[in-house]
Amino acid sequence: MGAGTIILIVVGSFIVLLILWLVAKYNVLVRLRNQVRNAWAQIDVQLKRRWDLIPNLVETVKGYTKHEAETLQKVTEARNLAQRAAGQGIAKQAEAESLLSGALGRLLAVVEAYPDLKANQNYLALQEELTSTENKIGFSRQFYNDTVMRFNTTIQMFPTTIVAGMFHFSTAELFELKDQAAREAPKVQF
Amino acid sequence: MWEAIRANKRKSFILISLMGTFMILAGMLLVEAIAPGAYMTGGVIALILWAVLSLTSFYSGDSIFLASAGAQQIHKEDHPTLFNIVEEMCIASGLSTIPKVYIIDDPSPNAFAVGRDPEHASVAVTAGLLNRLNRDEVQGVIAHELAHVQNRDTLYVMLAAMMVGVVALLSHFFLRYMWYSGGRHRSRRESKGGGQAQAVILVIAVLFAILGPIAVQLLYFALSRRREYLSDACGALYTRYPEGLASALEKISANPGLKEKKNKVMAPMYIVNPLQASGAAGLGSTHPATEERVRILRSMAGASLADYEAAAAKTARRSVVPKSAVAASRPVGVRPPWREEEPRPAEPGVREKTRQTGDLLRRLSNYAFINCPCGVIVKVPPSFKSSKVRCPRCGRMHDVPHGVKAR
Repeated sequence: MGAGTIILIVVGSFIVLLILWLVAKYNVLVRLRNQVRNAWAQIDVQLKRRWDLIPNLVETVKGYTKHEAETLQKVTEARNLAQRAAGQGIAKQAEAESLLSGALGRLLAVVEAYPDLKANQNYLALQEELTSTENKIGFSRQFYNDTVMRFNTTIQMFPTTIVAGMFHFSTAELFELKDQAAREAPKVQF
Repeated sequence: MWEAIRANKRKSFILISLMGTFMILAGMLLVEAIAPGAYMTGGVIALILWAVLSLTSFYSGDSIFLASAGAQQIHKEDHPTLFNIVEEMCIASGLSTIPKVYIIDDPSPNAFAVGRDPEHASVAVTAGLLNRLNRDEVQGVIAHELAHVQNRDTLYVMLAAMMVGVVALLSHFFLRYMWYSGGRHRSRRESKGGGQAQAVILVIAVLFAILGPIAVQLLYFALSRRREYLSDACGALYTRYPEGLASALEKISANPGLKEKKNKVMAPMYIVNPLQASGAAGLGSTHPATEERVRILRSMAGASLADYEAAAAKTARRSVVPKSAVAASRPVGVRPPWREEEPRPAEPGVREKTRQTGDLLRRLSNYAFINCPCGVIVKVPPSFKSSKVRCPRCGRMHDVPHGVKAR
């Protein structure tokens, strides 16, 4: 066996290993990107669920209250605004959704003053669904942000960042609500 | 948590293999002691037994455990709040399939999860848990249980529980056998000669039969104790609210003791050991001391796995979260209690919740609900023989729906 053959074998196996490494890293990135997309889909499901619940809630509350037309109006407006903001980028959507959360919170607070309404089975069921949907939005946002952090860290780290650059993987955007961001523990800055 | 899951899988696989090896060895020794020369038969029998048991526990272990705990499956319309909490925690933990939900008719609060993988999981809670715990506490308990599912604890605890049961059963039978017929065999062997080797095997076999179950149980318990800490850590992370789980654990351990006291094999599955009243943890206990778990949860600075690890190191001087998971964890804050976050509806009181779960259990056992015009709801058990029932308040007579359909 000549020196040329040995060099050929060494170079050849090096290339094969490199390709295998590339494939493995690429697959990891694809898996993470899909996780980010799935997590986003989960937020989307919950936001839509909230939009669907609001007209029902407004109708039920309307029947029992006389002086809350303005609060109800604001909730309906915030809902329609949030629906329009969907698809206009994550930051815009987050802003509209946190407005809606605020309007809903005010409505639920106002309703506390109407004992008849609070005794209504239909309203109680709606309220349970709505508060749980709020929770689900919170938890899906939490899961989405965790997934995005993992994805972003992976594609920014060397040497994976080379593979990410080759196949045009770009960092995903966090979904953060204004009031919620203030509550989060301070993040380490680099 | 990928690293933690992998580590859990590997460790549990080793445990299952060890159990298999132990069973085969024990089978060979025991059969050799009873019928000299037939050790291969013993090994083969043990191997077959092990395979059958592993497969049974893998594919239907969950239904066996749920049935033996007296758990009944419920649906969303039966208890919307519980289902919503389960759904919330599925989202928080990233579980893609919502587990089946079961309720156990028992006044003391407790819960467990079973299932071979996250796609075939079930969680069971007692009626007492639903009655006594508030929403944040139930959320903490469900998060802890889903962490068991997510980390693949449920499968291996299930498999291991089966193995413990079998080893205990085998050694029990063997010791019984030796007690009644040991002397007879020994005399026959001695007359054949070469009885010394047989006697040694016999002694080893007896030792095996006595110590085996204890050793296996200790191994099983040590394994399940560590899993409890890790699930607590994940529960705090998923809910972002360690206090919920902490006060749930306190409430559960303050009201211990399930009606089904006899089931020792099931004990490690529950969130707090139902057989352990004091909450202290010895060598043979399946769960860490509840006070210690509560202390760790309460001294967490944030809600991340790293915060749990730091709290565990500080208050209990132990390390429970895998290193890689600690390294990968990012800082997360603790959220405020559910009631304070937004104007939330007031939760029903313990009495109201007890009435709700009581009605749920009655519906599950086919009670008839009759609305009397005087406002009383008459609840008639299926065992009620007569076709008419009198309202206890106003004295009106009502037809009993199921009394009519004769069985």
